[in-house]
Parts: sequence; C-alpha cells; structure tokens
Amino acid sequence: MIYTKDLRKKFGEHEVLCGITQHIEKGEKVVVIGPSGSGKSTFLRCLNMLEEPTGGEIIFEGVKLTDPQTNLDQIRQRMGMVFQHFNLFPLKTVRQNITLAPVLLKKMTQEEADAKADELLKRIGLPDKADSYPGMLSGGQQQRIAIARALAMDPAVMLFDEPTSALDPEMVGEVLAIMKELAEDGMTMVVVTHEMGFAREVGSRILFIDEGIVAEENTPYEFFGSPQNPRLQDFLSKVL
Amino acid sequence: MMEWLKSVGEGFYNAWFPEQRYLAYLSGLRMTLLISLFAVMIGIVIGVLIAVVRVTARTSKLFIIKVLDKIALFYITVIRGTPMIVQIMIIYNLIFTSPDTNPIVVGAVCCGINSGAYVAEIIRAGIASIPVGQMEAGRSLGLTYTMTMRTIILPQAFKNILPALGNEFISLVKETSVISVIAVNDLMKMAGYVGSRTWDVIPPYVIAAAIYLTMTLFLTWLMGSFEKMMAKSDRH
Repeated sequence: MIYTKDLRKKFGEHEVLCGITQHIEKGEKVVVIGPSGSGKSTFLRCLNMLEEPTGGEIIFEGVKLTDPQTNLDQIRQRMGMVFQHFNLFPLKTVRQNITLAPVLLKKMTQEEADAKADELLKRIGLPDKADSYPGMLSGGQQQRIAIARALAMDPAVMLFDEPTSALDPEMVGEVLAIMKELAEDGMTMVVVTHEMGFAREVGSRILFIDEGIVAEENTPYEFFGSPQNPRLQDFLSKVL
Repeated sequence: MMEWLKSVGEGFYNAWFPEQRYLAYLSGLRMTLLISLFAVMIGIVIGVLIAVVRVTARTSKLFIIKVLDKIALFYITVIRGTPMIVQIMIIYNLIFTSPDTNPIVVGAVCCGINSGAYVAEIIRAGIASIPVGQMEAGRSLGLTYTMTMRTIILPQAFKNILPALGNEFISLVKETSVISVIAVNDLMKMAGYVGSRTWDVIPPYVIAAAIYLTMTLFLTWLMGSFEKMMAKSDRH
C-alpha cells in the first residue's frame, strides 16, 4: 500500500533519513520506535509529504507522491494523521472540527457529515462533547477527537506521530484503547510511539529506526524477545 | 478664584456659541471622521495585500513573489521609519499639486498609506503567531493551502490581532490631526481657526481634545465588545 524506496531527508547539511526502503501492506500495523532525534517522526511525516523528502521515492496506492505533478491534497484525503499536540482547531466546536474537511472537500453534505461526526463521537466515547470547544477538554479527550477528525475522511491508512507523548499518564490509556479498537477493525496503521506495551500488543511489525536507517525490523515477539542489533538491545534495556 | 472660573467659563462660551462656532467643530469633526474612515479602509487593503505577499514569500519559490516581498519590506521600512508629517508633506507636494484636489482624498490617502504599513505588520505577525501544527493539521486532512489559510489560520490570526488592530485604528484617528498642516479643514484645523477668531486658543483646543477623546473612547469600547464576542471559544 505504501512503498518507500531509498527515502532520504536532509535538513541543511544534516541528513536525518539516510535511505529507508519499506513496504507497508494493507491492514498492517507498523510501529516505529527509536531514540529521540533518530528520524522516526521525519519518516512518518514524509509518508504524507508534510515533510518533503530530498531523495528517494514514495508510492501510495500506485501513485508516486514524490512526483511534483501529483495532487498531494487528494492523496492526503486518503491518509489520516494524528499529531503529538493534537492540533485541533481551537475556534471550532468539536463537531465542526470533525465535519470541516469532509464538507469543504465536498465528500459529504453538512447533514451527512454531522451524522458521521455523531457516530464517531459515540465510538470514541464522547457523544456529549459535540458542541464543546477543544480548549474546554482534557488532552486525552482532545486526542480522541483528533483521531475522529482524521477518521471522518474515511482514510485508507492512519499515521500516528507520538499520539500519547504529550498526555498526562492517566490519559494515555483512553487514547491507546481507541487505537487498539481501530487496529482490530482492520485499519492500516503506522504508529510512531514510545509505548512499548502497545507496540507489543497491537503491532504486526516493529521498526527500530536509529540514525536515519531501519536498524532492525521484526514481529513483536522476535523484536522484544531476541533483539539482534546492539543499539536496539541498549535502547530496550533503557525503556523496558 | 471666582474671577478665574468666570473667565474660563467665558473663554469656553466664546469658543463655542458666538457666530455659530460649534458648527466649525462639527464640520471639522465630519472631515476627521471621513478621513479616518477612508484611511482605515485604504490601510486595511494595503495592509492585507502586503501581509499576503510577505506571508506567501516565506514558502513560495516564485521570483515575482520574492521581488514583491522586497518592495513590501522597503515600503514598511520607510513608512515606519519616518515621521508621518514628513510623509504628508512629500505625498502632498508630489502628487496632489492640483489646486482643486479633494481634501478628503488627500487626507485619506496620506493617512491610509501610513496606516497600511502598520496594519501589514500586525497581520503578518498575527499569522506567524499561529502554531505550524494548525497548517499541518489542515493540510493532512487534504485541505489546500488556501482553504487552510481561509478557514483555520486567518480566523485565529484575526482574533489574536484584534487588540493591536484596534490600537492602530485609534491612533490613526488621532494622527489624522497632523493632516491640518496641509490646509485640510479637519477638527484640529477648525479648532485653531476658532482660536484665531477669539484670540484665546486654549478653550478651542481643549474642546477639540474632548471630541478626540470621545471618539477614541467610543472606539475602545467598540473593540472591547468585539473582542468579547470573539472570546466564546476560550476556556471557561
């Protein structure tokens, strides 16, 4: 579904991604872990071209995203993204946050989008928050709504950029629970996270990115059970 | 003491009633209001255009945008770095040399060109103050740059800059008084005119001050209620 070939990204002289070749299949739940500054967030942000790669190719559903002719706005409608800092629209109500894009992009009428928003809010356990503003909600609630906002576009894949890193510890669980549900429903997911428990439980494949390359990848069982790369062993000994 | 109060009272009486002098202030006030109104409009148009150029120049690679950005920067630097009275003198003698130029046009253009530079910087700073995450969130949903700007960034920027914009308009109303140096019969000029008739300049200038104060207080109140209206999405 997503195919990256020798993906490279330089910030000035500093090369953050040094050639990543990956194939993410439909239905896969790829969890990306690694030390901070390793390039894992940059990798994720390249997948929907929020970060423009300086080398290599990205192909999504047969379309080459790195081709300047590609209409990225159309592509991004098929790729939901959830950010570390939620990035909800503060002047819009929760319902408007969710319905804004589908209505503006003429995927749905306002009525259809409102119905969809109510259904999504019920699914994430916040049916009574439709008319609240993001500023009145807790971090965990905001992040759940950010997930609903991305889902409203019916994406083919969901990208999560450290979705629980900015949350108070007691709110991490509620967000992970939604993500777990989403995974069980068969959504293709790429998740950058520090939540090892989530990686082990939900991930179908785990990537360890270190210094801009995929230093190790494996199924959760092998990955945590018998890590090969010494830097991964070191990393796991610190976080587990 | 009583003598002094009496003479002050007489001074104000003379500055207001005889020869229907209050009409002079009214016509001056009318001129000041018209000039302010048109100057604000010119300022907003210039300000928005310049801000759009400066904001798009941050990301655009187009040569024409880069050139426009340099021109915009030059304009802002010159206007903000020179006194308005000097600008008025230059613009007036350079452009409005015809004897039958409409004074409202002269005043509005001079003040508007001046205000535009400040408005542009206020708007640019307002847009820059919105976290990049907002643009990224919009784009990640598939919205175009323009859609995200219009529906997400600009409304937030507008809310943030409202106090600064209000201040700019209030000082614009006050600064239109400088226009009196080029023989525009605004409130300030008319006060001076009354003073020259009564040989007592303090009362008419105090009256003018009171009228200016009334206008700015009204504008302050107006901006305040506008801000309150916009604050409904804040945490409470």
